Amino acid sequence: MIKQISVFMENKPGRLLEVTKLLASNKVNIRTLSLADTAEFGIARLIVDSPEAVVEILKNNRFTARITPVLAVEVPDDAGGLAKVLEVFSESGVNVEYMYGFVEKRHPDKALLVFKVEDPERSKDQLIAKGLTVISEKDIMF
Amino acid sequence: MIDCWDKTNEFLTREKLEEKQLVLLNKNFQNAKKSTYYSKAFSKIDKFSSLKEIEKVPFVTKDDLRENFPYGFVSVPKSELVRLHSSSGTTGTPTVVFYTKKDLDDWAELIARCMAMTGGTKEDVFQNTMGHGLFTGGLGFHYGAEKVGMLTIPFGPGNSPRQIWFMKEFGVTVAHILPSYAMHLYSGFAEAGIDPKELKLKTAYIGAEPHSEEMRSQIEQLYGIKAYNSYGLSEMCGPGVAFECKYQNGMHIWEDHFYAEVIDPVTGKVLPDGEEGELVLTTLQKEAMPLFRYRTKDLTRIIPGVCECGRVHRRIERIKGRSDDMLILNGVNTFPIQIEKALMKVEGIGRNYKIEIHKRGYMDKLVVYSELTEESFTDNFKDLEQLKCKVIESLKSELLITPEVHLVRPDSIEVLPGKAKRVFDMR
Repeated sequence: MIKQISVFMENKPGRLLEVTKLLASNKVNIRTLSLADTAEFGIARLIVDSPEAVVEILKNNRFTARITPVLAVEVPDDAGGLAKVLEVFSESGVNVEYMYGFVEKRHPDKALLVFKVEDPERSKDQLIAKGLTVISEKDIMF
Repeated sequence: MIDCWDKTNEFLTREKLEEKQLVLLNKNFQNAKKSTYYSKAFSKIDKFSSLKEIEKVPFVTKDDLRENFPYGFVSVPKSELVRLHSSSGTTGTPTVVFYTKKDLDDWAELIARCMAMTGGTKEDVFQNTMGHGLFTGGLGFHYGAEKVGMLTIPFGPGNSPRQIWFMKEFGVTVAHILPSYAMHLYSGFAEAGIDPKELKLKTAYIGAEPHSEEMRSQIEQLYGIKAYNSYGLSEMCGPGVAFECKYQNGMHIWEDHFYAEVIDPVTGKVLPDGEEGELVLTTLQKEAMPLFRYRTKDLTRIIPGVCECGRVHRRIERIKGRSDDMLILNGVNTFPIQIEKALMKVEGIGRNYKIEIHKRGYMDKLVVYSELTEESFTDNFKDLEQLKCKVIESLKSELLITPEVHLVRPDSIEVLPGKAKRVFDMR
């Protein structure tokens, strides 16, 4: 499991820029960022090194941010990689709230898929049982 | 021992109180006739043989005060005046009120009654966060607190970190604060890493702006104190006109100083106790600037029956709004205080809010900006949508119109110290 940072965003121009500028000035490297929104508000989801410290920086600058535990699964970057993971979720009746993916730095041929599920601990065990690679915090290269 | 300041006058029987009112009314009337305004207005009136006869006197409004600016209502030689207070005058000529030495002393007595009635004593340390200048809120309480014998800190508004520092270092037990500023100051405590419940603070007097029962109980919970509602207006003296006792069930009007009526704001007809309308007040003891049947524009009702505390001075309900800040939305009368009440009921909604009214086509649209709390943001759109729906539902059931609601970040709505402006009519 890894720690993702979720930041509340009002849908206003420039909000994302403010977040990224703030992190840049604090020398925080954003490993990946996914942005989801409705007409009304958005949530920016970030994977960074030392998430606890970054949440503090965001809070001190009046952003609303929190840590969300998510699953990061390593799959080969070719056809069928995602389907394999989803099959496991489907079989055990796990609902995926959202997901996004990014390419790994250390293995350019592998992709990292990030999943938000209700009970990540349980899903993690099921994925490992099916021979899938669940990545932990220290495995991600920044 | 009963918590009180002036046992004789606070615990008069109704009969004695009304007898006293009639004597004072006639005395006041003779005095008022010395002013330019009342020498004309009262030329046909001889005396009042009953309190009810006050109804033959025409109402006085803020406009009358402006038209007779500055000395038209003054009934004493200018050499007897020792102080003036003034409204900000943002909407034209300011309203200026004058005091003689006795007026100031009476005013301090009334504040002392308010403070003692709610348990204040000379052992207390009192921080006054109201403006100490032309605004009556600061100096009014200042002299009352000194009369009680409290150690009085005339802090004035703003500068939250320093307010908090004073409260902590001097073991402040009693504060006088605007309800909106109390909410704002709470985030200052969080930033300073201090839990206000650890302070010695036990009582707050909140007033000078209409607020809901929900906001009062939030203030009480956040600070772990009792918050008493205070009512006043500079035309009468300032704060100290009506005040809650320990039972917190309506504000006792000091009826040996002010004669109160509630009228229908449209027809001007006097309404029986219990019915809601505009509060009309007559000063009974003011020397410098007596006013008869002054229309306060404040909407309330007189609570029928006698209070458990034993004072027969009648109580008014918390101010529902001002007859001039009523919003008419698609023909429905709405008060900003109703919006606050509905918002405070929703769990997960922060302290500050802003209201805008827009014209969309032919229709009025109420747009409400409401803050999330750190806890209510969960990384889940469903939760955010649900929270938003709850806010809409709560507003809808209170106002009977469907508002547009925007959830914004905690503490992102700016509240300036001073009377908070929360409603912006963009029509």
